[in-house]
This record gives sequence, C-alpha cells and structure tokens, in this order.
Amino acid sequence: MTTLTDPPRESFRLGMLINDSRYRSLTFQGIALLALIVAFAYLGNNLMSNLRAAGLNISFDFLGSSAGYDINQRLIEYDSQSSNSRAAIVGILNTLLVAVLACITATIFGVLAGVLRLSNNWLVSKLMAFYVEIFRNIPVLIWIIIIHTIVTAVMPGPKTYLGAEPKTDLFLGLFAFTNRGIYVPAPVWGPGSMVVVATFIASVIGVFAYRRYATKLLYRTGKMLPTGWPSIALLIVPSVIIFYIMGQPIGLDAPDPLANRFNLRGGIQIGAPLIALWLALSVYTGAFIAENVRAGIQAVSKGQTEAASALGLRPGRVMNLVVLPQALRVIIPPLISQYLNITKNSSLAIVVGYADITATLGGITLNQTGRAIECVLLLMLFYLCISLAISAVMNVYNSSIKLKER
Amino acid sequence: MSDSQTNSVAFVRTEDVPPAPPPYNSSGPIKWARENLFATPANGVLTLVALYAIYVVLSGTLPWILNGLWTTDSLAECREILNGKAGACFSVLTERLNQLLFGFKYPPELYWRPALAFALLFVAGAPVLFFDLPRKLLIFTAIYPFIAFYLIWGGTLAAPVIALVGCVGGALVYQRFVKNSFAAGFFGGIAAAVVIWAIGGMLIPEGASETAMLTAVPSRDLGGFMLNMMLGVTCVSLSVPLGIALALGRQSDMPLIKVICVLFIEFIRGVPLITLLFVASVMLSYFFPPESTVDLFLRVVIMITIFSAAYIAEVIRGGLAALPKGQYEAANSLGLDYPQAMRLIILPQALKISIPGIVNVAVGLFKDTTLVSVISMFDLVGMIRGPILASTDWNGVYWELYGFAAFLFFVVCYGISQYSQWLERRLATDHR
Amino acid sequence: MAETAHMQVSDEVAISIQNMNKWYGTFHVLRDIDLTVNRGERIVICGPSGSGKSTLIRCINALEEHQKGSIEVDGTLLSSDLKNIDKIRSEVGMCFQHFNLFPHLTILENCTLAPIWVRKTPKKEAEETAMHFLEKVKIPEQAGKYPGQLSGGQQQRVAIARSLCMKPRIMLFDEPTSALDPEMIKEVLDTMISLAEEGMTMLCVTHEMGFARQVANRVIFMDAGQIVEQNEPEEFFNNPKSDRTQLFLSQILGH
Repeated sequence: MTTLTDPPRESFRLGMLINDSRYRSLTFQGIALLALIVAFAYLGNNLMSNLRAAGLNISFDFLGSSAGYDINQRLIEYDSQSSNSRAAIVGILNTLLVAVLACITATIFGVLAGVLRLSNNWLVSKLMAFYVEIFRNIPVLIWIIIIHTIVTAVMPGPKTYLGAEPKTDLFLGLFAFTNRGIYVPAPVWGPGSMVVVATFIASVIGVFAYRRYATKLLYRTGKMLPTGWPSIALLIVPSVIIFYIMGQPIGLDAPDPLANRFNLRGGIQIGAPLIALWLALSVYTGAFIAENVRAGIQAVSKGQTEAASALGLRPGRVMNLVVLPQALRVIIPPLISQYLNITKNSSLAIVVGYADITATLGGITLNQTGRAIECVLLLMLFYLCISLAISAVMNVYNSSIKLKER
Repeated sequence: MSDSQTNSVAFVRTEDVPPAPPPYNSSGPIKWARENLFATPANGVLTLVALYAIYVVLSGTLPWILNGLWTTDSLAECREILNGKAGACFSVLTERLNQLLFGFKYPPELYWRPALAFALLFVAGAPVLFFDLPRKLLIFTAIYPFIAFYLIWGGTLAAPVIALVGCVGGALVYQRFVKNSFAAGFFGGIAAAVVIWAIGGMLIPEGASETAMLTAVPSRDLGGFMLNMMLGVTCVSLSVPLGIALALGRQSDMPLIKVICVLFIEFIRGVPLITLLFVASVMLSYFFPPESTVDLFLRVVIMITIFSAAYIAEVIRGGLAALPKGQYEAANSLGLDYPQAMRLIILPQALKISIPGIVNVAVGLFKDTTLVSVISMFDLVGMIRGPILASTDWNGVYWELYGFAAFLFFVVCYGISQYSQWLERRLATDHR
Repeated sequence: MAETAHMQVSDEVAISIQNMNKWYGTFHVLRDIDLTVNRGERIVICGPSGSGKSTLIRCINALEEHQKGSIEVDGTLLSSDLKNIDKIRSEVGMCFQHFNLFPHLTILENCTLAPIWVRKTPKKEAEETAMHFLEKVKIPEQAGKYPGQLSGGQQQRVAIARSLCMKPRIMLFDEPTSALDPEMIKEVLDTMISLAEEGMTMLCVTHEMGFARQVANRVIFMDAGQIVEQNEPEEFFNNPKSDRTQLFLSQILGH
C-alpha cells in the first residue's frame, strides 16, 4: 500500500525552454514573433527609404482629387470631373454587375451541361464532355480575348442598322447586335405600371404558396395536386391580364435606326466589353460548375437510387426526394468557390476595356496619380472583403445542412 | 403441407447449361443506337439537335482549316491568294513560330539551349511523376534546376556550380545533424549553404559573364511560350515546400503560428492573381534595399510562388485531414518527435494523397501564367497581342494566332489532367 | 423448428420464373433459371460469389433487366411496361447489403417517404404505420434520429421496417447481414425469423446457414449462373447430392 505523492517540483532550468512541453511552444512562438517583427522592421525600413528617395509618401488624399478620365459603361452618374473615389465606386459597381450576371449564367450553363453529361444519350454526353475539356484546359485570358474578338470583329458596326433601308434589320424589330455592344429596348414606365409589377411579384409569391399548399395537402389527405402547369400559369396569366386591363402601361423604347446618322439612339446599350467579359466568364466557369454538378450527382451512391426505386418511387421523384438533396450538399460548396473565382477573374476586364475596379483604381488612377502602393492596397482590400463575405456565406450554408452523424 | 410437395422440391442439376450468345437484338450496333441515342422521344430530339450543331460548327471551320495557307509572307498576300474563299492564314505561324515559342528578343542562334532544357525537363520530371522508375534518377532531378538555369540564362558557369555546391553542402550537413535534432540539421544546413554561397560569390572573378562559354541572356529577353513554361515549372516546384510549411503551420497547436498561417493563406486566396502581379511590377521593388535592382522575372516568380503556395497549402491540409488519426498516434507512441513524425510518417502519406489536388493547382497556375501579359511581359499571349498583331504584315490575323495559343495550352493542360486521372486511378487501387 | 419450415405454405404461386436468361453484354450471367415460389415459402439462395444469386433476385423487382424467359410476380408479368414494374415494386420489398437508408432524412421520414409519395397515404397514417413497424423491429425510440447516428444492426432493421411500411407480399433480402459486425447479426436475423413466422414470402441470399436451417422451406445452391441443386434444408445440408454443392458447403461450414 503505497501513497501517491506529487512529483517534486523542479526549479526552472534554461534547457526546459526547449525540452519541457509546457514551455516549448511558448519558446517557438516567441522566436516566431521575434522573427516576424524583425522582418517587418527590415521591409518597412526599406520601404521608407525608397519612398524618401523617390520623393513620395503614403497618403490617400488622391482619392478626393478629380479623376480626369471618362468611363463609358457605368451604372451611376459620373464624369471626368468626379473624384477618384467616385471612379473607384463606378469600378466596384461594374465589377459587381459583371460578377452577378456571370454567376447566374454560369450556373445555368454549368447545371445544364452537368446534367446532360450524365444523360444516357451517348452523343449528348460526349458533346458535353468535349465542351468541359475544351474550356477547362485553355486559360481564361485567352477565352476572354477570343470572345471579345468575336464580338468586335465579327459583329457588324451600328451603321448597318441605320437608315430607312438598312442592310440588317433589327432582330425581332427590337434588338441590334453590333460590335459596339447589344442594343436592347429600354422599358418605359407609364402610369399604372407599378400595378403590373406588383401583380407579378404577387404571382411569384403565389407560386411558392401554391406548392407549399400542395405538399401540405398530400401529407394530410394523400391527394396529389399537379404543380407543373399550374405554377407556370399562375406566374404568367394574372400579370398579363392586369397588363391589358391597365392599358398596356409598360412600353418599350426600342433602338431607333432613323434617329441619327452615326449611331442607334434609344434603348439601352449593353457595351461590347461587358458582353464579352460576361459571356467568357460564364462559359469558362460553366465548364467547372458542370464538373462539380456531375461529381455531386455521382457522389450519391447507386444504392440510394436502387433503394428508392425498389420502394416504387418513379425516377422523377427519386431525383427530387432522394438524389438531389444529397447531391446538393456536395455541389454547393465548390459552386460557391466558383462564384468567388468569377469575381476574381473579372479583374481581367482591363484586357477588354471594361471599367471594373482593377481597370479604374488599379489601372488609370494608379497610372495617373502614381500612387502605386495605396491603389494596390485598396484594390486588394476590396477583393478580400468580397472573398470573406462569400466564405462566410459558405460556412453558414455548410453548418446548416450538415448530415448528423454519431 | 403434403409429402408430395416436399418431394417435388428436391432438384439436382445433372448437365451444365453452356454459355450462349445473347439474342440478336440485345446487342450490336442497332440496339446500341436505339438505347444510347434514341431511347425516348426527348432523347431522339436531343440527338438530332446535337448532330445539327456539330454539322454547323464543322461546316464552318473545316473548310477554313483545310484551305489554310502556310507559306505566304503577309496577311494581304493570303487574302489575295484566297480571293474571297474562307481560308486560314497559317503562314503567320510558320514565320513567327520561334517568336511565339521563345519571345522576340531571345537570340535565335541560341534557341537550342532552351529547347534542350525543355527536353531534359521530361527526363527530370519522370521519376517524380512515375513512381515505378528507379529512384537513382532523382539525382538528375535534383541537379536539373541548375542545368536548366545555366542553359537558359547562360553566363558564367561558376554561378550555377557554386549554387549547386552550396545546396549539396547544406544537404550533407543536414543529413549529418538531423538525427540529433531537426533544428540542428535544418538550420545547420542552411548556414552551411549560405557560407558556401558567400565564399563562392567572392571567388567569381569580375567580368566572368562576358567571357563565358554560354552567352548570358538577361531575363527581360525571355518570352513566348517558354516564359509560361518556365514560370509554371519554377513556381510550382518552389511553392510545394512553402505550401507544406504553411499547411503544417495552419494545423499547428501553437496559436501564434496558426494565426499567422491562416491570415496569410486567406489573404492570398482572397485576392486575384492580377493584383499580386501589380504588386510585383510596381510595389515590390520598394521593399528591397535601396539601390538594388531586382529582376522583374524574379519578382514575378516570388509573387506567383506565394500565390501558388497558399492554394497548395489548402490541398495538403485536405491530405493531412484525410490521414487516419491512428497514424499520428502510432508515430507518437513509437517515440518519434514532431519533426521526425512529420518527415518519416505523416508527410509522405499526406503528400501521396494530395498529389491529384496539387496537379490540379499546377494546371490552374500554368494557365494563370498568361496573366503576366497584362503587366507587359511578353509571354505567349503578350507576344500575340503585342509585337505580332501590331506588325503591318500580320495585323488582323486573330483566329490563327489565338487558335494556336489555345491549342498549345490545351495540349499541355489536357496532358497534365490525363496524367492526374491516371494517377488517381493508380492511387485508388494502391490504397485498397 | 422443422415445424416452422413447413407451416403456412400455400399452393398459390407468388413468383414464377421460367427459362430466364440474362446477359451482361456478352457475358451469360443467368442461364435457364426455372423457379417457382409459393406464397408463404421461405427460400434461401446460396452460392460462391459471381454465381449470379444477387442478380437473380434483383431481376425479380426489375432492378436488373432480363433478356430471355419470363418472370411473373403475383400474376403480373414483368415486362418493360412501367405500370407493371410499379405494381410489382409496390408488392415486393427489398433489403440491401449496405442498407441504403436515406441519410438526409430521419428514420421516421425514411419509412414514410414511399407510402406518402407512392401509395398517397396521408402523412399521419403513414407515420402510425411506420411506428408500428419500427416497434416490430424493436427500435421505436430511434424514430427521430438520422441514419448516421445508428449502429449497423439498427440501420438494417430500419431498412427492413422501411420496406415493410409498403405492406409488401414478398420480401427480398440481398445478403442483409454481410456488412454487419458479428454481434449485430443476431438482432437482424431474429427480425427476419419473426417475419418468417408471420408467413411472409421471403427470398434470401445469405451465407447464414443457421438461419437457413431454422426458417427455410428450401435451400437453393447456384453456381455459374445456374441453379445447381435445391432441396429441403435438412436434406440439403446433410446429404448434398452434387459435387459442387459439397465443395461449397465444406468451405463455408468448415470454420
């Protein structure tokens, strides 16, 4: 029968800094911190002396001074007298515009291509594989340049649409595809148009409400209401009826080929650089999204489909109730990374002359004011904020749909 | 429940049924077409639409390619000869191939040097990519960087030789001391290398570069597809060790190290590569000591390496997480300390698992090297957009040039991704 | 125990397979299969791997397609007509080797999914049926959990309950205990035995010979895509007539 005693407390020895596990990590972190401080001091010192030698300093005053250049494609009011910071904001809005548009269309292309890739139609499946491989293995810069060249070199100039006897007629009488961009009709909001818009929004809500009601009815009584056609009808019919009742308040200001000798007037011009960048980013990222979608659907083991089929579920229901919920868990995280990639790849806008944040702040403003360090830092800060926001969304999604395990 | 029922159950087969061929319409091309192309009406429509789309594309591009001209002197001449027909002007490729591959300033009489370095790249890379080859070949892989550097940049032989001797010395010191402690081995090795480089640097006579056997070529004369390949290979190779360090740091128990690594990785992954290249071209020189000029090539290599290291760190982190926890525990229970456990047990397995992911990052990085054209370096894309399309002879020859560039990248990237798929299949069977 | 084996076998034919042949491409995987299963019969199918036993029972509920011969289940001929397949699948339940529970749904939702969406049963009724069968397999308290939170044996019992919720007249088992740890095999076999005692028609591909002895009316031995021997369990195990049966039995009963 022995009594346990506490181990004798040793007095501190220098060697314990490395060998004793209690102090070891503190020692290493201390060394790392020291090294970091020394490195920063060295770099900072170099920076300061170089700046002094060049007669520069770090200041952000240039943001207030006038920019001195024009921007063609913009979402807010801007002219060459506006400040550099306003130019930067125009750039930010342009970046967000092309990023959001490209995310939407890339998802559509990617999901279509991914699902078709898995179809049992051999020809379609191989075609989609071809699409994916072609786009994934060629740099996005080359694709952007090629598509921009197609848009500007292949499309006709606006001149061919002009005059009473134009060489090319407006597509459907409303659209003009030119090498300067696509001219689309602009909506003109007459009185009563808000009622139509409100009806449409109400229809969208109505569709969701109808589907929920249908599911509840199935659970309660076992009766199954059709949801396909009624949803489409509910979406379209009320809005159309109200549109005509209100006397067609929403008009279209179509591009007018007769207004001017040099250019089309009227409508909205979606500039060629935006079109090129949007299209290039969509098809390029769409290829990657297609692979993600395919991997996600294939990740659901075959046994799941077999068990669901063995229970008597039809293929459509098997997809909706069993395969898709599991596949989405695998598809969505990489999908969100691809959205991040789209945002980062949009920085190549400078190559096609689209005024995104890299082209304004990191391009023209940087060159004109010579404030390289400040501009690049602000640029990186912007992209960092977007990345962090997107990562946060992804983390929230991941934790909310985690499969519960033991 | 009667006896007769139980007797009728018993059955013994006396003759085997031989295997027979399947009935006619269960296999064969017609059944295949029916099943794979026209299984349902919707599928049939899809097939027809797809066939039509293929026809439209081919009828547009095939005549253009087949009518291509390879030996004219300018675009104008091409158009004259074609006289309105659709046809490609591939002569731009014939005339400018060397510029596209090597850049427009690299001395033409020296093209054999980068070409040789490229050929040797396959020899050096083979033992790394294919595990079955004898391990002795890795010695060549280790000295290949020095050979390649000497071939491409030229200059005095002393520089790469001293660099090599320094590395060898460092490695020897490392081997000698690492058994005592990892820190002694690692820092001792670095110290030895630095000492050798310093001494060697002082030994190089002045003006050695001018009288060297291989003419020196400055970095700004490098260009073309060669520049893309060099950036790709160099940056990926350098970023793997850095990525490993970042990955280990990120999952370390020491809070300070972990925070530094996390911040670094998330920062680099959050910004586009083009901003880092802007840093390389306009900002980075401010951080070097005053009065020193650092090559643009070196600055770009530094930034791209940092960029790639962050992504590789994430891949390796995934590999480390995929290892069963039992491996860490087994290593610890054998008495191995942290550096030994990492070096001998954990990292070899984690790296093997991560290789497909690393290859993916490598492919992405290789494609991203085209971005240097935006900061006015004349890589393949920079060559096309700059000197070639600006020249009067070839102004307007878009498709042939971009098509060629796309084709080159496609061949390399597709080849690498096929290798990666082969590797994944190999690793999957290994791990059964 | 022999009593159970002879109980409740009626003369009504549940499954009738005649001259069934199946090819995978050019590989002749099932050859001239003739099999008649009466209602209430319990049949165990055994054989070396690759003999086609799993393929055979998967043909019965149309998870695999056969190219020659006929399969008739409960009077319905199995053809490419989707209506027939649906009808057969709602009468035939299947349990898989790897359970194949739906991981994103709770146990209760796993069991009520098919009754709600295929038989259009109201949710409340479906849930009551599900709880009834979960009690039968002795895990009603797990109804709110997810499959990932259960042990292997519990998951397989849930899989059995899930199939039973469709009130099938025939149950197919494809090696239900092969993926389980030894201590969990008994609980699943006990569930299957109690099913048998209630008169369910069962076709079981398994290596559990103790189960066969206890419950089966017939044991069928398959090899190379053919039915080589079939007999009552006592006769089959004590007096195997074919060489191949004897070889197989010596291999699996040896340890």
